[in-house]
Amino acid sequence: MYEIIEKRQLSDAIVLMEVKAERVAKSCLPGQFVIVKIDEKGERIPLTICDYSRERATVTIVFQIVGASTKRMAALKKGDFIRDFVGPLGKSCEWLSEPVEDLKKKKILFVAGGVGTAPVYPQVKWLWEQGVAADCIIGARNKNLVILEEEVHKVADNLYITTDDGSYGMKGNVNDCIKKLVREDGKSYDLVVAIGPLIMMKFVCLLTKELEIPTIVSLNPIMVDGTGMCGACRVSVGGQVKFACVDGPEFDGHLVDFDQAMKRQQMYKTEEGRKYLKEQEGATHHGGCGHCD
Amino acid sequence: MDVLNRVPVREQDPAERAHNFAEVCLGYSLEEAKAEADRCLKCKNPKCQTGCPVNIDIPRFIGKISDGDVEGAYHVISEYSALPAVCGRVCPQESQCEAKCIRGIKGDAISIGKLERFVADYAREQGIRPVVSAEKKNKKVAVIGSGPAGLTCAGDLAKMGYDVTIFEALHEPGGVLVYGIPEFRLPKETVVKSEIENVKALGVTIETNVVVGKSVTIDELLTEEGFSAVFIGSGAGLPKFMGIPGENANGVFSANEYLTRNNLMKAFTEGYDTPIAAGKKVAVVGGGNVAMDAARTALRLGAEVYIVYRRGEEELPARVEEVHHAKEEGVVFKLLTNPKEILVDENGWVKGMRCVKMELGEPDASGRRQPVEMPGSEFVLELDTVIMSLGTSPNPLIVSTTEGLEANKRGCIVARDEDGCTGKKAVFAGGDAVTGAATVILAMGAGKAAAKGIDEYLSH
Repeated sequence: MYEIIEKRQLSDAIVLMEVKAERVAKSCLPGQFVIVKIDEKGERIPLTICDYSRERATVTIVFQIVGASTKRMAALKKGDFIRDFVGPLGKSCEWLSEPVEDLKKKKILFVAGGVGTAPVYPQVKWLWEQGVAADCIIGARNKNLVILEEEVHKVADNLYITTDDGSYGMKGNVNDCIKKLVREDGKSYDLVVAIGPLIMMKFVCLLTKELEIPTIVSLNPIMVDGTGMCGACRVSVGGQVKFACVDGPEFDGHLVDFDQAMKRQQMYKTEEGRKYLKEQEGATHHGGCGHCD
Repeated sequence: MDVLNRVPVREQDPAERAHNFAEVCLGYSLEEAKAEADRCLKCKNPKCQTGCPVNIDIPRFIGKISDGDVEGAYHVISEYSALPAVCGRVCPQESQCEAKCIRGIKGDAISIGKLERFVADYAREQGIRPVVSAEKKNKKVAVIGSGPAGLTCAGDLAKMGYDVTIFEALHEPGGVLVYGIPEFRLPKETVVKSEIENVKALGVTIETNVVVGKSVTIDELLTEEGFSAVFIGSGAGLPKFMGIPGENANGVFSANEYLTRNNLMKAFTEGYDTPIAAGKKVAVVGGGNVAMDAARTALRLGAEVYIVYRRGEEELPARVEEVHHAKEEGVVFKLLTNPKEILVDENGWVKGMRCVKMELGEPDASGRRQPVEMPGSEFVLELDTVIMSLGTSPNPLIVSTTEGLEANKRGCIVARDEDGCTGKKAVFAGGDAVTGAATVILAMGAGKAAAKGIDEYLSH
């Protein structure tokens, strides 16, 4: 059992939890993820690691309420226990293997979309702790959905915020911001790390390909075990089949088949979404989720 | 009494069981078990025992049943095996102990598996537990994986007095017994859980949610956590795919995923959150026991199910009993058939599978006749779901994170058969992690051999 040490609501549907998990806290690195199962009947939910403290032996996770399981998880309070919390899973960021001196010479731009800000944060933080400066863009639909602004602001060299509706920061999407930085402000980057919804990562990658900036993305497809056993998370990268759980979750964004990934994600959304909406709407649920007749 | 024919075992009616997940085989009653035990010749030189990978003294336990001492029979089996209720259900006895039975030369072999199952079930129902060792060796041994190899190795080491901790990556112990083999063949709550409880009762600690290689490494276990030896029984969990077009479409699963969703995550049970896209028209590609399990699971979830296998009936690697059960329940076998492409609709979902008919050609190096395509025989099966059951290979995680541990071309850990010794000091391995996907009992045999190997190593 893993105790919830802290809980914060980051927006209506986004929750942060700091969880006591000694083994994970001791060995995790930026880029990795955990699988959380709240109780006997819950799903195994893959969640990116947002922060960790080796001293407190805790791992911080951030999740959005998208289905029945995450809804139940959001109902847990500080002091409650999570039944299963396993990790760290997946590979840590590839750039972690580079000497810090080399990283310092690099210009890295992080692009975070919505809840994707959570996995971006520990990466920027790690670099900041080593004295490596990195820029960061946080993009969201509106002001309420901008999360972890304060935290990222502290560790990023420059932080840019964009909202689709212009309610906060620059009006537009993250690509508008990248274009402005590179084309108008004359910035140049050696590496882009984009984490967010698939559609965002797809378009960032199309742009960075044009701009010839190598780009890393982090994928979060539905998984069951997260250790390479089920193959549910398979994704085409450069024409090869990879398992996001063991070969990723980070991949060369210019090689990922996003269209296939989006179709695959849809499959599970169907099942999950149905369940959630049925619960929400009860007997009145006759479609509307786009999946039921 | 007819000594030539075995006492038939009662089974759930096929028409009924095709729609539920309750166990197919109902097992012997005490009277039936005694009658079957009485057929045993109690050979002085028991061939059956040599056919058993864990070397159970079969005539002795069967003799106890004949005497009406079922508890005694249980203690005989317990000397050799930690998982009798499991083995009585899933061992391929027909090619092991029962294949060597002298009674079987003329007439039916003794139903050793069903008798073992009876003894284990009786013991569980009566609350009879294995005997705990009083001896303490004050040495810690780590076991990686709580499947058949790990549980056996841990149980044997605990009986010798070692302080054993099993590290399990998933949230429930049992390995393939809980994620792979379905409820209708191996009930989880009653059978698997209680055998694991028995192993724990011997003094074994099980820590779940630990992915060795990620959460902690083998070297850390040996240096920082004070373990004197490590046994790797991490199984063969990596699924294979065919590499044909359309394989990443929605509705294509590995058998591992389909079975894990259903068995471990209990997608078939009301109240559990994990979804399963069960399918209405399902093809399972492959002919092994796992393929039968996947097919019979899909059937129970309401689908019309095909087994698609490139060789013929004779060559099916699954146990005869499993094939027979699948047929009885209504699974349709498309033999000598091989998939060429999975057909995908505009939304990315499976809509069919293009297959080709095969015929058996000349025997290859292994002696098996190679299937070859029949030109012009292609046809399309309309489907919404395809389950790939092509075998599994060991997870590279442990080898890649442990210095000095060697794997062969197939990704299997290199370890000695007789004692599980690897090239790395204090590290032993056995089961599917070493052999590639095999059977529960062979993994148990390897776990047993490694327990002896570890004891010898630590006694020096």
